[in-house]
Amino acid sequence: MFSNLMAWIEQRLPLMDAMNKHAAQYPAPKNFNFWYVFGILASVVLVNQLLTGIWLTMNYEPSGEGAFASVEYIMRDVDYGWLLRYMHSTGASAFFIVVYLHMFRGMMYGSYQKPRELLWLFGMLIFLVLMAEAFMGYLLPWGNMSYWGAQVIISIFGAIPIIGDDLTLWIRGDYVISGATLNRFFALHVIALPLVLVVLVFLHILALHEVGSNNPDGTDIKKPKGSVAPEEQSKFTFHEQYTKKYDIVDAIPFHPYYTVKDLVAVVIFLILFCAVMFFAPEGGGYFIEAPNFEPANGLKTPEHIAPVWYFGPFYTILRIVPDKLLGAIAMFGAIVALFMLPWCDRGVVKSLRYRCTAHTVNLIQFAICFIILGILGTLPATPLNNMIGTIATFGYFGFFVAIWIYSKNEKTKPVPERVTG
Amino acid sequence: MKKFILAVLAMLPMLAIAAGPSLPLDKANNDLSDKASLKRGFEAYINNCLACHELKYQRYNRTFADLGISDADGMANYMYTGEKVGDHITNTMPAKEAAKWFGTAPPDLTLAARFRSPDWIYTYLRSFYVDESRPFGVNNKVFKDVGMPHVLQNLQGVRTMDEDGNLSEATGGTMTAEEYDEFARDLTNFLEYTGEPNKLERESLGYWVIGFLFILLFFAYLLKKEYWRDVH
Repeated sequence: MFSNLMAWIEQRLPLMDAMNKHAAQYPAPKNFNFWYVFGILASVVLVNQLLTGIWLTMNYEPSGEGAFASVEYIMRDVDYGWLLRYMHSTGASAFFIVVYLHMFRGMMYGSYQKPRELLWLFGMLIFLVLMAEAFMGYLLPWGNMSYWGAQVIISIFGAIPIIGDDLTLWIRGDYVISGATLNRFFALHVIALPLVLVVLVFLHILALHEVGSNNPDGTDIKKPKGSVAPEEQSKFTFHEQYTKKYDIVDAIPFHPYYTVKDLVAVVIFLILFCAVMFFAPEGGGYFIEAPNFEPANGLKTPEHIAPVWYFGPFYTILRIVPDKLLGAIAMFGAIVALFMLPWCDRGVVKSLRYRCTAHTVNLIQFAICFIILGILGTLPATPLNNMIGTIATFGYFGFFVAIWIYSKNEKTKPVPERVTG
Repeated sequence: MKKFILAVLAMLPMLAIAAGPSLPLDKANNDLSDKASLKRGFEAYINNCLACHELKYQRYNRTFADLGISDADGMANYMYTGEKVGDHITNTMPAKEAAKWFGTAPPDLTLAARFRSPDWIYTYLRSFYVDESRPFGVNNKVFKDVGMPHVLQNLQGVRTMDEDGNLSEATGGTMTAEEYDEFARDLTNFLEYTGEPNKLERESLGYWVIGFLFILLFFAYLLKKEYWRDVH
């Protein structure tokens, strides 16, 4: 009976086939390390944000008069409303932590290189939409930092010549940030951007499965058909989509092997997540900023307006450039540079394990500069901070220039034919 | 409008500098699980603060329940102006008039402990001093030129500041210094409670959830090990 039903469905919509293609018979390299868990963790956080978001929406009131009070209503009067709210607010910061680490993994092992350029571009689009999603979500509690943070970020668009002022007016829907702005940000935050995000994540995974997963060695686990002796091939069964064109080596099916391995990673992540959520939900004043416990007030600026920590690196780049328009261009340039990474890097060896020493040094200096820029973004703009920020900005952009130069005639180490470890 | 935003942006760096070094705060050392202290703080708040400062996100009956007060006792002892037991803790001060009287309307204090910090409130309550240049004759060390009079002066007494910024007692109040510190600690404790009434519940639930996750981690690890025997 049940098998008949399954067959009936399968003939009309090959669900089991899709499951096999993308999970139970998807060949994943067997040598994934610690750095390969962040994609799954990002999916876990995405689901967390979607679900808690739905329940928060049930009790949230998107209006200038009611928003702040409705958040306190959720925190006090809704059963476990405080838990939903903290899951959502901690999840926002956790999302950026895992996404930044996920992106750095891609940079370390050359996961953006041919043939994975489109996969990288989808990932970067996800990052861009995620930043817009986080920015709009941050206005919704209607605290004073929400208000002034949005004021500062929207005014960046005012730097665009000629259309700047009209553009900021169009974004706000009012001459100042007001209930009108809050309402449209609410609509975008709960409907438009999540839809775009989910579609992009879907495309990101489809694009990944089309070209196959990279691994810490950067070696290809798909060899030309007929080039590998049968006893050398992976002993597991893979979907014919992959086996009809290639001989597959050093691979294991994603399910159950990586699902059970990722389960361990997810539980460890949840322990850390819960430690913050239950014992320090303000995240030391970085996940929920103290001035946000005061309602939005257009006449009273917080003592020190800082964007949320995850915008820190880009905010610092904006701020150290004395001219506002050039600063905005530099900030968007910092994101565009990431988009262009597959073409900045002219190398053929993927993993930093087998690339030149200069590449390792370059990656480390990039990571350090990124962290410094992030820290500076939350601090006041003193002359010393601006000087450090300028150096770090040069380090950030220097990464892309340097990689373009040394990757042309790079002295690489021999890449093993088969994965190690 | 354009000028306004430009002016605001131009002011940002100044604001950042103005934030500058802040005074060291005294440790409140309050204890949220001390219900007697919370009750004393609640009572002190109702009698000394509520006339000007609302707790408009906090309800009476919720406070009674969390502090171990029955609704009947609470209504008899803590509610004076005929509200319903489920009402928010508000007052009838007209905000516009208040802004005229004090220069600014007295802020709601439900979230004061989260906006400032418990230590800040504790220090603030103990840092008033005589300053004849101010409208009410007092100033505050941690909140310069505050618009509020020292309403607790009859309890604490009058204090003056010397050139080095140290405060000393000029005339005593009805409380000793220790009694007043205890009073300030109770008030601080109560305001930390109203800032997040679920804080203790949150933390105790946290231990259970994380404990469960560690058990789950153990079994998840065993499951992974079992499956991966095929691979190695």
